[in-house]
Amino acid sequence: MTTLTVNGEPVEVDRPDDTPLLTVLRDALGLVGSRFGCGQGLCGACTVLLDGKAVQSCDTPLWQAAGASVVTVEGLAADGPNPVQQSLIEHQAAQCGFCISGIVVRATALLDENPAADAEQVAAALERNLCRCGSHQRIVDAVLAARRLTP
Amino acid sequence: MTATHQRTVPAHVEANPRLGTWISVADGTVEVHVGKVELGQGILTALHQIAADALGLPPERVRIRTARTDSGPDQGLTAGSMSVQESTPALRYVGAAVRQLAEEPPAVSSPSRRSQSDLLRNQRSQSSLLNHREAVTAYVERVATLDPDTNLTGFTIHAGPGPDFVVGTDLPRLDLPDKVLGRPRFLADLRPEGLLHGRVLRPPSVAASLRSLPETWTAPGVELVGDGSFLGVVGEREDDVDRALAAVAAAAVWEEHETLPDEDDLTGWLRSAASTRTEVVSDDVPPPTRTASYSKPYLFHASIAPSCALAEWTADGSAVHVWTHSQGIHRLRLAVADALGLEVEAVSLEHAENAGCYGHNGADDAAFDAVLLARAVPGRPVLLRWSRSDELGWGPLSPAMASTVSARLVDGRIDGWSYDVWSQGHASRPGYAGHPGLLATAHVSGGTPLPPAIDPPGPAFGSLRNAVPLYDVGSRAITGHVVTEAPLRTSAMRSLGAFHNVFAVESFLDELAADAGLDPVGFRLAHLTDPRARAVIERAAAESGWGTTLPESVGRGIGFARYKGLGAYCAIVAEVEVGTELRVRRLVVVADLGLVINPDGARNQLSGGAVQATSWTTVERVRFDRRRITSNDWESYPILRFPAAPRVDVHLVDSDQPPLGAGEGAQGPTAAAIANAVHAALGVRVRDLPIDSEAIVSAIEKEE
Repeated sequence: MTTLTVNGEPVEVDRPDDTPLLTVLRDALGLVGSRFGCGQGLCGACTVLLDGKAVQSCDTPLWQAAGASVVTVEGLAADGPNPVQQSLIEHQAAQCGFCISGIVVRATALLDENPAADAEQVAAALERNLCRCGSHQRIVDAVLAARRLTP
Repeated sequence: MTATHQRTVPAHVEANPRLGTWISVADGTVEVHVGKVELGQGILTALHQIAADALGLPPERVRIRTARTDSGPDQGLTAGSMSVQESTPALRYVGAAVRQLAEEPPAVSSPSRRSQSDLLRNQRSQSSLLNHREAVTAYVERVATLDPDTNLTGFTIHAGPGPDFVVGTDLPRLDLPDKVLGRPRFLADLRPEGLLHGRVLRPPSVAASLRSLPETWTAPGVELVGDGSFLGVVGEREDDVDRALAAVAAAAVWEEHETLPDEDDLTGWLRSAASTRTEVVSDDVPPPTRTASYSKPYLFHASIAPSCALAEWTADGSAVHVWTHSQGIHRLRLAVADALGLEVEAVSLEHAENAGCYGHNGADDAAFDAVLLARAVPGRPVLLRWSRSDELGWGPLSPAMASTVSARLVDGRIDGWSYDVWSQGHASRPGYAGHPGLLATAHVSGGTPLPPAIDPPGPAFGSLRNAVPLYDVGSRAITGHVVTEAPLRTSAMRSLGAFHNVFAVESFLDELAADAGLDPVGFRLAHLTDPRARAVIERAAAESGWGTTLPESVGRGIGFARYKGLGAYCAIVAEVEVGTELRVRRLVVVADLGLVINPDGARNQLSGGAVQATSWTTVERVRFDRRRITSNDWESYPILRFPAAPRVDVHLVDSDQPPLGAGEGAQGPTAAAIANAVHAALGVRVRDLPIDSEAIVSAIEKEE
């Protein structure tokens, strides 16, 4: 049994400790907002915050999250859309939207760390998040606009 | 916009003539059933807008129900940028019939529904709006009483465009909040009672077959499903299933064969392989003054999500229901029934969303995989998901292509043009060539390899798409050569042959302009009479600052096409910088799409298409050895990343012409614009995609 905090709630998970955190979230906890894209830590669709740091949950084993605090895209919207989410919707900054929950998490982590990030820094931060529909520019614009919404 | 009288019944109403197939009412909302599906392109939002105006309803009183085989219309495939083009007349016709039958209330005349909030601020208008709301409710109630068996084709319908209230506005995408907030929305998020997870172990290479698997093979928590070279596992816990998949992969022994062509001589292979020949135009053409050859490699769809499906057989194993992200559920239904020897009625499907779909990917194959796995556990739903490497390597590929173009230039004008293009077929969707066309049918015992992809006849399809230029070029000889060998499986990917053909034709136009000593924009205009074509080129030149001075090693290039010769007009100017690496800095996209249903959505589709094509053009190439595809993850098949994404400015031409699809207009022009911009920057011509650093260096060496 592994204990961790997910979106502010303590949870106990009965899975082998090498189980990917993404599988724990989606299959054991029913939190399907983090998406499976590659399972190899290479596309970013499964990005979550682990003790405040953006990580790919598909190549984070459960043991690494033991005792830690995990925040998923659902957790960021717990009190309504966060500034990044609000801005992405306002800018209609997605097409298929499969990559977008990972991008929400990564961009939120960036703005927490650097609230004044510029376009180049936003693009650099999102380098490990793949978007196949070609929504890159809208997403960067939306993240920049979210800076004004950040409390 | 003027109303026109529509006397012919739209094709999709002719094929689906029952009122109840299109319209039902639930919870005070008119449900409009469509046969088109959301692929990430925003089609459900656009259809929502068309339907609301067609029915004379505010958008919040309309709900779109997507494709399923047991109700709603069969609108064929969601493909080829045809959804808006095909659905607009159908929904307008159905809406007009409903308005006639159910006596629509008069529209809120002024201000329009677009600005109801303004109305609310106006005390005097408020009561009229409330009255209107009640009238709308009564209208919806009347719609609910209509006989669903009403035959729509027996009507004299005076349907036509307008008045448009919601069409032409930027109605926000209906699906995006779920996706941005991480709510369950995608097929893989479905969690029905009793869910099992499933995985398939694909062979290690294209022509491999299973030699042996230990008969005693077991793994905790899973059931093995085996049939010939088709191996899968199902179980309750996803991590058990994934561990079992790794274990079965380690235990299975395969026999492999070297069947693939030399990846470094794809052009030579394409030109020498067995092929069928199609002459589109065969004028006598005078001897050319210039000849050049171009090529593109195999490309992956490379969707961010692997293909998946959910299937559940009835407990007695007599029927199966499937949730799929297929582009064509009705064809898939026939193919599944055919493959299993079932009555068609025993198979039902409904669409559920997955990540962006750019053509015939693994969706249909995954649906059949799920059906095979779930057959072993009747009464239990099985959610099957492919791996990343299977998504890349086992879905159909966009075929490698090669072409040779020649032309005679006389006094600065083209007078004689010939074009030959070689490609594997671009169509292997379920049911093609009389075959179910589902991957696992080749792997189950007694299975045979899938037949080679075909090209549907006609220049608008497959390899020949956009092989016929819109320019006045004098006599023409245009020939397609469809390779009938299939070492790698190919099918339709966004824009099909147009991506390569426009790249080749528009690159060659620039080569001819240079021979003539003329500006590429002026040279194009001198060979074009279609005013809509001229307008997009002129505007792209104006918006991009064509002709103004650029810094050293920066170049500007143009590309133009009318998609399929009958779809969207699109001109693109690319601005590239060539340093140690090629960087596409900016794309100016000008498109004439006729009437635009949702301008913001159309811009999103065009700029997305241009960025995706930038990735195809500058970084992508499927790698393989003689046995297997070696591009099997995002490192061995890189795509464009955020820091390299160009700025894209999209300009739409105002038009009330019939609407044209936006999703595939930009790909070909993007490739050509980039190639032409690289030439403008460096004076070298790259004719083989991708245009990466290696290709540019080798082009420079060739020039020297």
